[in-house]
Amino acid sequence: MSVHDEGPLLKVMGVTKYFGSRVGCRDVSFDLWPGEVLGIVGESGSGKTTLLSSLSGYLEPSTGTVKYWMGQEGLVDVGRLSDPQRRYLMRTEWGMVRQNPREGLRMRVSAGANVGERLMALGARHYGKIRSEVFKWLDRVEIDLGRVDDSPETFSGGMLQRLQIARNLVTKPRLVLMDEPTGGLDVSVQARLLDLMRSLVSELGLSLIIVTHDLAVVRLLAHRLLVMRNGEVVESGLTDQVLDDPHHAYTQLLVSSVIQP
Amino acid sequence: MEPMIVIDSLRKSFFLHLQGGVTLSVLKKISLEVKAGECLALCGPSGSGKSTLVRLLYANYKARDGKILVRHQGQWVDMVKAELRKVLEIRKLTIGYVSQFLRVIPRIPALDVVMEPLQREGIAAHNARRHAEDMLTRLNIPQRLWGISPTTFSGGEQQRINIARSFIKPYPILLLDEPTAALDATNRRVVVELIQDAKERGAAIVGVFHDEEVRDAVSTCIFEMTFDGGQA
Amino acid sequence: MRKQLVLQPRIKETGLQLIKGYNFAYLDEGTKRMIRRAILKAVAVPGHQVPFGSREMPLPLGWGTGGIQITASLIGPDDILKVIDQGSDDTTNAVSIRRFFTQTTGVRSTEKTWMATLIQTRHRIPETPLRAGQIIIFQVPIPEPLRFLEPRETETRKMHGLSEYGVMYIKLYEDISIHGHIATAYMYPVMVHNRYVASPSPIPRFDNTKMNRMPALQLFGAGREKRIYAIPPYTTVKSLDFEDHPFEIEKWDHCCALCGSGESYLDEIVTDDQGGRLFVCSDTDYCQERRAVGHKGSLPDAVKMAITRVKRGD
Repeated sequence: MSVHDEGPLLKVMGVTKYFGSRVGCRDVSFDLWPGEVLGIVGESGSGKTTLLSSLSGYLEPSTGTVKYWMGQEGLVDVGRLSDPQRRYLMRTEWGMVRQNPREGLRMRVSAGANVGERLMALGARHYGKIRSEVFKWLDRVEIDLGRVDDSPETFSGGMLQRLQIARNLVTKPRLVLMDEPTGGLDVSVQARLLDLMRSLVSELGLSLIIVTHDLAVVRLLAHRLLVMRNGEVVESGLTDQVLDDPHHAYTQLLVSSVIQP
Repeated sequence: MEPMIVIDSLRKSFFLHLQGGVTLSVLKKISLEVKAGECLALCGPSGSGKSTLVRLLYANYKARDGKILVRHQGQWVDMVKAELRKVLEIRKLTIGYVSQFLRVIPRIPALDVVMEPLQREGIAAHNARRHAEDMLTRLNIPQRLWGISPTTFSGGEQQRINIARSFIKPYPILLLDEPTAALDATNRRVVVELIQDAKERGAAIVGVFHDEEVRDAVSTCIFEMTFDGGQA
Repeated sequence: MRKQLVLQPRIKETGLQLIKGYNFAYLDEGTKRMIRRAILKAVAVPGHQVPFGSREMPLPLGWGTGGIQITASLIGPDDILKVIDQGSDDTTNAVSIRRFFTQTTGVRSTEKTWMATLIQTRHRIPETPLRAGQIIIFQVPIPEPLRFLEPRETETRKMHGLSEYGVMYIKLYEDISIHGHIATAYMYPVMVHNRYVASPSPIPRFDNTKMNRMPALQLFGAGREKRIYAIPPYTTVKSLDFEDHPFEIEKWDHCCALCGSGESYLDEIVTDDQGGRLFVCSDTDYCQERRAVGHKGSLPDAVKMAITRVKRGD
């Protein structure tokens, strides 16, 4: 994938999603550049997960556009892609890490098969080469190589999450969407995962969109922050600026509510 | 020497929704200029907005009125109005910041924390490591601590990691907020040396120095601030 | 494959009457037309599964009703029918199905592959190469090759539509990682005409190579699952594999004990309680033809007679 410097990787313009008369998210706009990490924070019901689903194509936005930079074609309207094109995109240039790793993995095949699947889906037909890519990525996410043929049913929560990351990264995506990636994990496991994500971002020049309710996660990982409440973006800016100098009442509430150990 | 920082009529207030809508006015119309090779010491009583001013320079706080111009790669950029990407670029290449607190990510060894600003620019790991080791040695951080995460360090040790990280790269602009607060005399002297070196190579420095001895040793000019956030 | 020594009464096929009161080949003409339409569609899109209105047949589901319905919709008075099961003309299923067609059509049947116009088969392709103009009809239990990894029909249809066959390779990958080689012995998935992945039915992988560019028409019927698919003559059929683990067929250390063939698919027959065994051709007609022209295996004649009688069902 070529390096590109001419404009944002992702352009989100006025994305709105209604569920009947209920607002999921309203009029969300932002640009995302290569190598940037955007955090989207808010409490339950803030619309952040709806937004993520609208971006990934899992839900179709009621209005608004999502444009993604695709090489020679420039910025392409993701909503106008055909089903096969979108599925291809989700399998190559985009990654999706779900809160519950069991939903993002095939639990009935081995860890190695999980990591190699995208390669095989894209036409890789040399077992030896697939296998060495699998080893490389398992190693990169710090999963013991001896577990390559084990079923993910035998993995801990943190390992499952790292396996999910490896599964997504094997095709070197440029954009990864993450939904509460540290949810439900022990604190030390969270630390390890966040550390991994940081180094992957800087090593691979990944762009990330992380949806979370955990301010510590965004403080650590995100360059920029969107604060959502009741489906709307109430504040946005550099992460440290939003957290240290919150302007909106809700942001101030959020920041002051965090219990410092 | 050419000016590197120009602040014009800067104001800053905080509106605290949670305290019944109280407005806290911290800075009232500040203007100043710092040239390359100068070290401007912000002085004034507690509450006069010294730290706030430093944070505004780093865009850690957001101002609404006034201008904060910094010289970035030969151009003037107004931090108040600049695009976020530009601010991130300025922080990466032009402005180094020693804050009062070191925010540490667990698991990252001290050496890596110090190396990071160099590696971000693409400097090879082994070179970056050498510079980091020199810096840590200079700041009297014992070698046995180099491979450990600073989360377990004492306040003074953490402060020195903070300093190492900001001085390892020759930033054109340095912002120092109480850089010697937790340090003993030996290390205070090291920091003074580092600041002198930086001045000599042409860095423009804005600092808050509680320690009068340090302030007298490094500053080339004093900026007095009043208790209500104005300039004297 | 083991076959036990079982005594079976020989069924006398001479003297069977055409059963009155049934339409030719049991199915009504409307049903035959519906099935032929499905077959045409299937032939037009090689390897693609076409749904059809599978009928109640006088055999339980799982006993070849799909294959029977295809045969019934195609068979005409001038056809010559061969029915085999596991390569043999004389096992229970083959006999029942052949009798069904004889009774409902009066059409001639044969054991000779070269003579047949329609060949209905379960689990094997005859060793004798088929010619243009012949039709081979396979009985298929599970037509969907992706079913084992994806239980949802909605999803598998999408996968076929979008050529998303990564999961098939997962299965092969897992085989190699566990066994060191691709372990699938039968029902080995194939890519038809470079477009659709299909199940060749539960034939041994040995037979997969015969499917490639076969001059005869290959039809596949699944009665319980209600699907028909087809491979037109001279279509490319390639077994899925990896570049560094290419597709391989089974090999034996033995030759057929009866006719001496070293090239056919061999059945293993247990001869006594002391572990004695011998290997004979699974395709009985092929074996007989070879012996008729003088080929011999390593077995003494008396034992040969006994084996032949067993395979004939005496």
